[in-house]
Amino acid sequence: MVTDKTQAVQRREARDIATTTEATRPGVLLTPPVDIFEDANAITVLADMPGVEPGHLKIDLHDGVLTITGHAAAREGSNEVPVFHEYPAGTFQRSFTLSEAIDQEQIRATLKHGVLRLRLPKVERAKPRQITIQTG
Amino acid sequence: MIVRQLSPWGPGWNMPTPAVAQMRRDMESLMERLTGVTADGSVAGVFPPMNVSEDRDHYYVRALVPGVDAAQLNVSVVHQTVAVSGTRQSPEEEGVSHHRKERAEGAFSRSVTLPASFDATRVEANYVDGILTLTLPKPEAAKPRRVTIQTS
Repeated sequence: MVTDKTQAVQRREARDIATTTEATRPGVLLTPPVDIFEDANAITVLADMPGVEPGHLKIDLHDGVLTITGHAAAREGSNEVPVFHEYPAGTFQRSFTLSEAIDQEQIRATLKHGVLRLRLPKVERAKPRQITIQTG
Repeated sequence: MIVRQLSPWGPGWNMPTPAVAQMRRDMESLMERLTGVTADGSVAGVFPPMNVSEDRDHYYVRALVPGVDAAQLNVSVVHQTVAVSGTRQSPEEEGVSHHRKERAEGAFSRSVTLPASFDATRVEANYVDGILTLTLPKPEAAKPRRVTIQTS
């Protein structure tokens, strides 16, 4: 049994992405909570991004860094006055460093009910392999 | 009526330099860990976060409940109070190992009391992009009315 997990996805510190974003786009920058899990064939990332429409979601991959950015526009109409506010409208953003073990061409993303699901398939050689021990 | 300020920093204080912005984030995350209160004023662990607003004819309650099936959401109204409850479950994944589990899971329930009454029979609920929006019509008596001033 192979116990050594592929540490293919690592969280990047928020400051790495924040400094590049806040200079170019005003508004609140939000870090979406994520679940990351792995099976034999792929790594899956789930991210909560409520209020993001599919057209306002951007998935960017370069230099082995996967960045998800989603803009959640305020839902309030122009005549509405706040009574109390607990969450801001803003831009969700988070970055992950991918190892070379990910087949970057085969990444799939779906957005449903405000949850982004990213499937990052492993390349063949990164999959665990059972090694049969021959006895003589 | 309490209106919570979203950011304690006014619009004029928008990231003077990356170093100051970084320092601010570090301080906020430290305070968050110590007190459990996030920088935007919401309390960690309260789910779902809600925004309430009003215009002349309606109250609007919006709750962030991403990834919940509409069938798993319950909305009930009593007098001036709106209650939202439900269950958030991620589908069981077979044979996976988790690296990170930050998304909240399980049953939740929360209620808010509005400043005035509303017409409970005409409440509308809408679930789009993970946001539950409730539209609560104000009764005729609660709407503002323009009073004509007579002059002699």
